[in-house]
Amino acid sequence: MTQLLLFNVTNGLIIGAFYVLMALGLSLILNLSNVINFAHGGFLVIGGYIAYTITPYVGFWGALLIAPPLTAVIGLAVERVLIRPLYGRDPLYSLLLTFGLAFIIEDGTRFIWGAQGKPVTIPAFLAQPLSYEFFFITGYRLFMVAVVLFTVALLFLLLRYTRLGIRIRAGTLDLETVSALGVNVRALRSLNFAVGIYLAGLSGVLAAGQLGLEPTMGAGVLMPSFIAIIVGGVGSLTGTLLGGLLIGVASGLAAVFLPAASEAIMYVLMAVVLLIRPRGLLGEEGMMT
Amino acid sequence: MSGEQARKLTVLVAIWALLLLAPYWMPPLGGYTALGTRVLVLGLAAMSVNFLLGFTGVLSFGHAAWFGLGAYGCGLMLKFIALSTPLGLIAGTVLGGVMGGLLGALIVRRRGVYFAMVTIAFGQVFYYIAFQWSSLTGGDDGLRPFSRQPLHLGFATVDILSDATAFYYFVLFCFALAVAIMGFILRSPFGRTMLAIRENERRARFLGIPVERHIWIAFTLSCFFMAYAGSLYALVNNFADPRGLHYSQSGDFVIMAVMGGMRSFWGPLLGAAVFVVLQDYLSSVTINWMSFVGLLFVLVVLFFPRGLLGVIRRKSEA
Amino acid sequence: MLKRNFLSRISRRTVIKGAAAVGALQVTSPFIIKALGDTPVKVGMVDPLTGVYAAYAQNEVTGAKLALEQINVRGGVLGRPIELLVEDSANDVGTGVQKTRKLIERDGIQFLIGDVNSAIALAIGQVSNEKGILHIVSGGHTDGVTGKDCHWNVYRVCNTTSMEANAVAEQLFTKYGKKWHFITPDYAFGHTLQQAALKDLEKFGGTMTGNELTPLGTTDFSAYLIKARAANPDVLLVLPQGGDMINCMKQIAQFGINKQIHVAGLQQELESLEAMPPEARVGTWMFEWYWKQPGVPHVEKFVADIRKMNFSKVPTARHWFGYTSLMTYALVANREKTLDGVKLAKALGGFELPDDVKLQPNKCYYRAGDHQLMTSSFVGQAKTAGKDDVEDLFEVNTVVPGDKTSPAESDTGCTLQWPA
Repeated sequence: MTQLLLFNVTNGLIIGAFYVLMALGLSLILNLSNVINFAHGGFLVIGGYIAYTITPYVGFWGALLIAPPLTAVIGLAVERVLIRPLYGRDPLYSLLLTFGLAFIIEDGTRFIWGAQGKPVTIPAFLAQPLSYEFFFITGYRLFMVAVVLFTVALLFLLLRYTRLGIRIRAGTLDLETVSALGVNVRALRSLNFAVGIYLAGLSGVLAAGQLGLEPTMGAGVLMPSFIAIIVGGVGSLTGTLLGGLLIGVASGLAAVFLPAASEAIMYVLMAVVLLIRPRGLLGEEGMMT
Repeated sequence: MSGEQARKLTVLVAIWALLLLAPYWMPPLGGYTALGTRVLVLGLAAMSVNFLLGFTGVLSFGHAAWFGLGAYGCGLMLKFIALSTPLGLIAGTVLGGVMGGLLGALIVRRRGVYFAMVTIAFGQVFYYIAFQWSSLTGGDDGLRPFSRQPLHLGFATVDILSDATAFYYFVLFCFALAVAIMGFILRSPFGRTMLAIRENERRARFLGIPVERHIWIAFTLSCFFMAYAGSLYALVNNFADPRGLHYSQSGDFVIMAVMGGMRSFWGPLLGAAVFVVLQDYLSSVTINWMSFVGLLFVLVVLFFPRGLLGVIRRKSEA
Repeated sequence: MLKRNFLSRISRRTVIKGAAAVGALQVTSPFIIKALGDTPVKVGMVDPLTGVYAAYAQNEVTGAKLALEQINVRGGVLGRPIELLVEDSANDVGTGVQKTRKLIERDGIQFLIGDVNSAIALAIGQVSNEKGILHIVSGGHTDGVTGKDCHWNVYRVCNTTSMEANAVAEQLFTKYGKKWHFITPDYAFGHTLQQAALKDLEKFGGTMTGNELTPLGTTDFSAYLIKARAANPDVLLVLPQGGDMINCMKQIAQFGINKQIHVAGLQQELESLEAMPPEARVGTWMFEWYWKQPGVPHVEKFVADIRKMNFSKVPTARHWFGYTSLMTYALVANREKTLDGVKLAKALGGFELPDDVKLQPNKCYYRAGDHQLMTSSFVGQAKTAGKDDVEDLFEVNTVVPGDKTSPAESDTGCTLQWPA
């Protein structure tokens, strides 16, 4: 039993790492631009399908490098044309727009790549367990965690030490002042959006190696990311990180004792956090209330 | 002023005339009565969302939860307890309304994007409950079999099950009832306070209005209306399933309200009519109807944020 | 006569034009009754063309379109052409019911086909029954359709979950061992499938080491696989379908579980195998129809015909479901020389499919007691790669006739109530 628990906690952390990657992108966009990006799952799907399409030419590693920036470019275009006019308006509108966008992306991928799922092959040495005992730790899953760790570390360094990062963080707290100080807020938002979508694209490539790639796969991963943000506290990226890992472990544990609740447990966790600490675990008081 | 009143009266008469005569003018235009019934029910739901969104300025993006709970309440009553259509309606309305009121108390201090996110997430809780508790709800297969029962009016019995037109008029009657109550509330002093909160929450607070409590009451009322619409929806389908609780359903309701015109009482009904008919039509002619519906969202947000009625009104004012 | 042939990709470009034209046709007054020979017989099809079952549903529609072409070339039904009206149920019960009412009330269809989703199949069966329209469920497997929820007007082409379990169980038990562990999708289809297999297992004297109920839409199966492996069974039965199965099989392959435990399942489909990477295409399964049947008459022609309209891809079981559903209607209506729903429903009891429709070696007929088609099960092994054809991903070992896999009529729980 203890072994089973240990297995599932480890496993939950692996799953949680994936949620973190999704949620961080979502969180970046939400914090700076006040936009709940419902189409985030859609961008994940785009990333996955781009990877599927270019893998025959550039291989898995090439796809891992190329597909996320390509997704980010699409994201940037979407931000320029569709999202930018909505800044400063009621968040209702960006919510509805990205909601519709999610429809278009799902249908668009089905139109281009067909309704039938696509197989994505990952390098053979990754597609096997590291040891007989810990069979659920495959090379690929370990690789995924490594990529997430690397990306998260890079993101946090970027936010802490580069001029862009400092501006993004400042803008999250008080965009008006940042604007008054002469920072080009438009460009800042665009770049920030692109970084968020880059993370979605990267999640997509990683997910395609592990899950079946199909047009509807985006919807399933959106909600856990939402909850990770709420649990961690809106406005705090560290909170999102913590929230993602927490719900991963929680759902891993629930699968042992009460499989039917493995999804619902995330919501229970969220309700408990909101009751005890309404602003989320690491949320700043006054942020987005 | 009297000119304005006369205009309002004309519009009102026109709306009710259109609704009352729908079973006669719709079929020749390529519609069918069941479509009209669906428009009424979803229109009522959109109006309930708008009761909160348009008149109190609070964005709930998880209202489908109360809609779906209403449907389950109604279905469970008809399936397990009593074969009575009115009792089913009451059970659904109470279930959804009370649950909405309870959860509303938890989240009423949140605002804006955060409120939207929390309502989405709480809505999904009920989705998973309905989805997982299959011994009671039928899970993904939905709650069935149950069906709406004939109405016993004392002097006559109306068969609303197989007679589509009779059912339409039954739904229209229920719709009128809810709309009358909604209109009454909005005209009452409480309704005025709601508008005051929407226009400027801080000022309302300075005036001594207990803003949180008022928002909670508005939220709860809106949940009751929503659950009532959901109960009717269960009667329309003779069926309830988890998808009725899903956040994507909430999105549909919000876009109906926005598309019709959030600031007007009847706007959401118009939005629902356009949305339902368009979706019904598009999904028959193209497999890519989702793109068109998505495009509709985008176009409404970018070009008609005040909705169809908003545009018409501005034109007539200009 | 296919007015809404929106499924062919070429026509998508002209969708707007087509939409306008269809709209105009629909607006025309229904009160003008033309000469009988001109009026087409309208047939409706409700299937989830969008959503998670889209690939399966779209293939069913393609199959029905082939049948439509062939029927109309041969003179239609009672000398009238058939017109096929396809509606998207969007994998949503409410929408499915609405579309069914639309087809019946407004379009005046005589016959209904659908749906892939069991829940929708049951719900629209209720509607078609209420309206007295003959209805063939093409692809929803849950037992109830021809079991306790059966109706006089509802027939079914695809297998019941019990039939699928019975087809595979014996072979699995004798070949691979008597301790079974289940991974079951947590909804009616999964439950009935698992119960049917468990019943067989207990009959043979085997034991179940565990049953993992996985919520529909589960993406990560590792927690369940950890439990399953810890139980150390002989056979791991993977029962989820569609995307869930693909995720599960992918993870089984990556964890190397298939090298330790024999992996099997009941229902497998070509659409799903093609969506998996080669290493995940393993295990013992049953196909409901397979395109490679050397020596069986007419199969090759069917494969060639479908290839022509399906981007040179071979037909799957879903194509055959759609094809057979519509063919059945034309055949029985022409034999009985009537379109009357009750008469046709009566006549279909015991109706045997001819060689060019059944496309399988065994006898294939609709059972009168529960309205279930007695169709064969193709039991065999999944193949990582096709030899002669990339789509030849299944090795058929045995073809079990339908009356061998199906429970007795008296055990289905179906009592048909005919209209007075």
